[in-house]
Amino acid sequence: MTSIELNNVDIDFPIYDARTRSLKHRVLGLGPLGPQRVGPAGHHRVLVHALRGITMSVRNGDRLGLVGRNGAGKTTLLRVMTGIYEPAVGSIQVNGRVASLTNITMGMDMEGTGYENIVIRGLMLGLTRRQSMERVEDIENFTELGEYLNLPLRTYSAGMLVRLAFAISTSINPEILIMDEMIGAGDKAFAEKATARLQKMMASANILVVASHASETLRQLCNKAALLRQGQLIAMGPVEEILQRYESEN
Amino acid sequence: MQRPGFSEAAREARLSEAALIPARPGNIGLARHDLVDAVRHWRLVVLLAWQDVRQRYRRSMLGPLWLTVSVAVQIGSLGLVYGELFHLDLQVYLPHLAVGLTVWALFSTIINDGCLSFIAAESFLKQVALPKTIFPARVVLRGLITFAHDVVILVIVLAIYSPPPVLGVLLSLVGIAIFAFNGLWIGLLFGMASARFRDLPPIVGSVVQVAFFLTPVIWLPSAIHGRLAALLALNPFACFLSIVRDPLFGQSPTLISWSIVILVTILGWGLALTMFARFRGRVTYWL
Repeated sequence: MTSIELNNVDIDFPIYDARTRSLKHRVLGLGPLGPQRVGPAGHHRVLVHALRGITMSVRNGDRLGLVGRNGAGKTTLLRVMTGIYEPAVGSIQVNGRVASLTNITMGMDMEGTGYENIVIRGLMLGLTRRQSMERVEDIENFTELGEYLNLPLRTYSAGMLVRLAFAISTSINPEILIMDEMIGAGDKAFAEKATARLQKMMASANILVVASHASETLRQLCNKAALLRQGQLIAMGPVEEILQRYESEN
Repeated sequence: MQRPGFSEAAREARLSEAALIPARPGNIGLARHDLVDAVRHWRLVVLLAWQDVRQRYRRSMLGPLWLTVSVAVQIGSLGLVYGELFHLDLQVYLPHLAVGLTVWALFSTIINDGCLSFIAAESFLKQVALPKTIFPARVVLRGLITFAHDVVILVIVLAIYSPPPVLGVLLSLVGIAIFAFNGLWIGLLFGMASARFRDLPPIVGSVVQVAFFLTPVIWLPSAIHGRLAALLALNPFACFLSIVRDPLFGQSPTLISWSIVILVTILGWGLALTMFARFRGRVTYWL
């Protein structure tokens, strides 16, 4: 059973300045001649509360949209669900294979050919080499890059690069799909094809979590929504209800 | 509190399950899981390291061999000048210098790059929940691949001046492997510490630079006697160099060298694992 359970999760980011970043200051600060006479020693860190007491449970079949203003904690929450930030307070349990599509060109090698990158990106997305190979044909067909797949990525146009990155990223079928804003690819003619492909991928995932500012997109994609404000979960429920509340507040 | 489950489902899931469970101070189980998971991602480690090396090839013909050429020039010129200065027999001095400088290049690359293992991987660490150990392993492998280029020089110099015994070559490779194994804890420990304290990489750089002069790379250990020699023999860098270099010249490293190498390996790994268990989950916060 695919699920995400967060229990009272706090995420605090320590903010370091040049002094607290420095080992020299830290060590000297402990000595009798250290700079602690001048200012606070390195132990008094500034903390930013990115998330506060988040308790939520996302179940099989949920299509969850995250809404909130900039800085409300949407991206941080997505990263917690992906496993990038491990909470120091509270707990999270994720059952299921997670894939996060935040930066679809991450880890692509500009010196490598298209085919090599299919394997490299595939490995990063959690595929085995063989699984990546199995997807080559699908990616060939989708990208329509033809012979270009034998050339290094540095010879690609920006559009071609995005098309390939998009095709690889959407060739996997994770149980939990996490997205920060919608991803898209290419010119107008291609956009339609890309949307169809993305929707097929999202449909096959057991759980979808997507953060977006575009209410219309969320209405189409999601059946649930969660409203975040200043790192706190204000409300979670049916998408329409939450979106109306969010829109009325703005 | 949830703990990592080694259930069927967890074993099936290939990506990110290692990091899905909250970090608890001193969670050795999660640290171990990270190490094991990195081994399962060996192919990604190889690809990343190879990608790094290939960045240096760019489109130039010689690529990383440029580094090899510069090491060769260094060996040639130092060999001539110091050989003359110290009145040394080139037959002895040049092979000593060639092995010393190339192995030292391996040591210093892995130690210095090890400090940057997580800092340089920021874009990965903030996007996907891969096992953290992948990144120090990538640094070590990249160092070894670059070193393999320099081996060309060693083969030439040793073939001309002092062909090594086969057993010596094998023992020397064991020495390289032991250093690489240590490189992994260095990358874990110094990588984490450098992510937190950004002035650590240059500090380590200076220490390695000083160690270079205290290690018999450009000078022969036989040139120093007495108490100073005994003291310098305790230098861990010299011990690691000795277990790689001595077998190539048909000598066996001293008991002291082996003891210190083993001691450093055990203490280093112990410390690195303790710190890794404690701070593994915090690394992404520091980037």
